[in-house]
Amino acid sequence: MNPEPSAVDTIVDAVSAVFMVVGALMSLGAAIGLLRFPDLMSRMHAATKPQVLGLFLLLASVGLQLRTWWVWPVLFVAWIFQVLTVPVSAHMVGRAGYRTKHLHKELLTTDELEAVVLKAADKKAAAKRAADEDDGPA
Amino acid sequence: MNRRRISIRQELPLLVWLVFVWGALWQDFSPGNLLFGALIAVVVARLFYLPPVELGGRFSIVRAVPFAIVFLGKVVAASFQVLFLALARGPKVTNAVVAVQLRSHSDLMVTATGHVLSLIPGSLVVEVDRSTSTLYVHGLNVRSGEDIANLRKEVRDAEAALIRIMGTREELAALKEEVGA
Repeated sequence: MNPEPSAVDTIVDAVSAVFMVVGALMSLGAAIGLLRFPDLMSRMHAATKPQVLGLFLLLASVGLQLRTWWVWPVLFVAWIFQVLTVPVSAHMVGRAGYRTKHLHKELLTTDELEAVVLKAADKKAAAKRAADEDDGPA
Repeated sequence: MNRRRISIRQELPLLVWLVFVWGALWQDFSPGNLLFGALIAVVVARLFYLPPVELGGRFSIVRAVPFAIVFLGKVVAASFQVLFLALARGPKVTNAVVAVQLRSHSDLMVTATGHVLSLIPGSLVVEVDRSTSTLYVHGLNVRSGEDIANLRKEVRDAEAALIRIMGTREELAALKEEVGA
């Protein structure tokens, strides 16, 4: 450690300080969104977006503070995995939530999925009825 | 089990990625470590066989770099938008589920578009219809027909950008025709 910080050190420290504060703010934003939004789907928006940026900023500041090039690949891998997995989990939760009706219909301006899901459910019900009839009366 | 052999060229991006992850986790990019990582990558790719990802056969780095920068910018915008909506509108926010038909039918393209959509402002993929390659997108803060049209355009634009980066030549030609028309 140098006793006297150089100009570069000051800039790096300042940038990482800003990144850390904004990153923490983003995580706070995700938490506020989870509390304030009315239904599952809009909460998933809060859980995906600010969170990814928050992690990016915090990882970047870790990278800046450690000052060794070999941590960057690890941080990059950590972030890429986050970017790849977050939309998938959001999609799975959203999909399950839609089908179990964890949403407020009155808050949707249009719903172009409803007809498709209802049709699929009808088909399934019809198939089940047909299967039941095949079994015959007990 | 009937396994279709895939060429090493098709597998190469996966192997390179696995070696990179190996090196990153060991924090050691010396040739010996990378060689051992490559060995493990090949064994893993052979043992845990997954259906091959069908790449478009082209990748335009000239288009990819600006896209990555714009994408990062959109992630920032999305985060602030969600933060703002959470604070300003909160429980009163109105949404919509919109069906958007994509141009491409390749799994990779539909997946990539879905991922990009989930991270840019105001959209989240709820359901995918693979047979017709239709995405059902949940839009945050969609209040009018105009917002719906904007959301639909946003989805189509994201897909167009991805086609320009790594779509097949046929998709690219179709896109050019559509834009020109």
